[in-house]
Amino acid sequence: MEKLLEVKNLEVSFQTYGGTVKAVRGVSFDLHKGETLAIVGESGSGKSVTSQSIMKLIPMPPGRISGGQILLSGEDIVPKTEKQMEKIRGKEISMIFQDPMTSLNPTMRVGTQIMEVLIKHQNMSKTDAKNRAIELLRLVGIPMPEKRVNQYPHEFSGGMRQRAMIAIALAANPKLLIADEPTTALDVTIQAQILELMKDLQNKMDTSIIFITHDLGVVANVADRVAVMYAGQIVEMGTVDEIFYDPRHPYTWGLLASMPSLENDEKAELAAIPGTPPDLTDPPKGDAFAARNQYALAIDFEEEPPMFQISETHFAKTWLLHPDAPKVEPPEAVKKRMRQLSSTFEKPVVVKEGK
Amino acid sequence: MAEKLLEIKNLKQHFNVGRPNMVKAVDGITFDIYKGETLGLVGESGCGKSTTGRTIIRLYDATDGQVLFEGEDVHGKKSAKELKKFNRKMQMIFQDPYASLNPRMTVADIIAEGIDIHGLAKSKKERMERVYELLDTVGLNKEHANRYPHEFSGGQRQRIGIARALAVDPDFIIADEPISALDVSIQAQVVNLMKKLQREKGLTYLFIAHDLSMVKYISDRIGVMYFGNLVELAPAEDLYNNPMHPYTQSLLSAIPLPDPETERSRRRKSYDPAVHNYSDNEKLEMREITPGHFVYCSEKEYNELKAKYAK
Repeated sequence: MEKLLEVKNLEVSFQTYGGTVKAVRGVSFDLHKGETLAIVGESGSGKSVTSQSIMKLIPMPPGRISGGQILLSGEDIVPKTEKQMEKIRGKEISMIFQDPMTSLNPTMRVGTQIMEVLIKHQNMSKTDAKNRAIELLRLVGIPMPEKRVNQYPHEFSGGMRQRAMIAIALAANPKLLIADEPTTALDVTIQAQILELMKDLQNKMDTSIIFITHDLGVVANVADRVAVMYAGQIVEMGTVDEIFYDPRHPYTWGLLASMPSLENDEKAELAAIPGTPPDLTDPPKGDAFAARNQYALAIDFEEEPPMFQISETHFAKTWLLHPDAPKVEPPEAVKKRMRQLSSTFEKPVVVKEGK
Repeated sequence: MAEKLLEIKNLKQHFNVGRPNMVKAVDGITFDIYKGETLGLVGESGCGKSTTGRTIIRLYDATDGQVLFEGEDVHGKKSAKELKKFNRKMQMIFQDPYASLNPRMTVADIIAEGIDIHGLAKSKKERMERVYELLDTVGLNKEHANRYPHEFSGGQRQRIGIARALAVDPDFIIADEPISALDVSIQAQVVNLMKKLQREKGLTYLFIAHDLSMVKYISDRIGVMYFGNLVELAPAEDLYNNPMHPYTQSLLSAIPLPDPETERSRRRKSYDPAVHNYSDNEKLEMREITPGHFVYCSEKEYNELKAKYAK
């Protein structure tokens, strides 16, 4: 498969009064054509900052990409100027935001907001752009697009606005679509419609998607691969089956165990992850998750774990995979979902820093 | 479970009455809440679930209908003394822990506000002791008492909200989407805390949410609302295993589960109100299909459902 995007050892920090916040601390991943990568993690884990860096949307200053590369089709976009980025945004990469209520311009007609992209990036004439806008609205499932195209965002419902946002994002046939919690503000029934729509459009247009969410149900629904982020780092990455059926990192266990399952009839206490995420102005020594981790080993407080490789596609950053580590049992709720996957290596292999 | 704590009878809440933009947010719902149970209320945004909660606690004056708390009507004309009595027994936890705490008050004052109003502490010392005790109950510590809300994370703020609700020793707590604004790992912490408090203090909850998996986990019974009406009410297990109303079925089929295999084979149902094909003279009401399982339906549907589910 062709690689569309490669992120190598990305580091992003923010200057604040309290000191430098290291929001992203060495993140590496790649994305293939037509693939969906889900990034999960708590608020403050750096998932949104990572995705905004890819579009270079973080305000600089106070933000700064302090290291690493972002290769889009082989070309590094980190050194690019704002002018050059304007050619990329909306055309090569586009983004769907969480809140459809605030991310559309309330003073512009919905049609005009779609046409803007087409006129800028595809040099279309006004009439052509308008016809294409109507077509796009029809594509994303908005009824009566001829009428809707002349309406303002406040005349649209939440789900409709999110559809309009998707139409804007897809107007210039981008190669990469970043969806930052696109369904969090929506009801479950509407969420299901939007997810179906996104998958459908992905099939038609062969777009790659980075899907940011904290809802593991949504991840299971849309993702091909999953990256779990904690405190600015990817702690586990693998195919969706590997993450859900053979998770290795205790943080991933914690996330999976803290969700009540619908089939589960017993009313046992939920396995909450105690405490709160660490302060990233001064990241803790060793493993950032150690303080909240009931499986933490002595070494976790001393030295940062390396990335271990469990299969061709499965990576986890935890000392538990070290040959000398004691054998631990994951929580009950996780054990239930565990199964043997054929692709797993016999033994986890250490990969070099930064994968 | 047999004892009724709260009876809601044909409750209606209409906004902008008499004007063309009148909204029937809650349009005649009837249900009971038993002592010590958790009743979950789910539905899409705009279905009237929050309005129901707010009307029960008299944040809105009901347009019609009754809310009986231990047999006494909550609504209607009340003296200040009577109102105070109700306010002590009923408390509310709000959705947004950022907006529901006064940023200019310390945590101690926020929690003790109810204690002061109801005169529950005789001395300053007793008041602070009570505050410390409450902070301890919800898993915060003493040092937090003199801080301000902005110094806390979302999960901690929600704990402050819970401590405030507990301050006056209520019997009944309405929790309006108490965990929607929190992260998954923190959600579990807050839900566990609420369950623990219920066990220890024998509280009764009305738990309003749209996250159905969490609602199923915490609730004994669940009510499903659709456009201002309660369409189905059943024990939690029963509702998930045998959803009867087509809207409930569509709602359940839309919840994404954290299991890739079930997701790949998911068949989603959509709900079209036209499926009922009610004629004008059919009487629609909640009817009991199997014990404890109520569905909002017509006489004809009732007979069909009865034939299908009741053995």
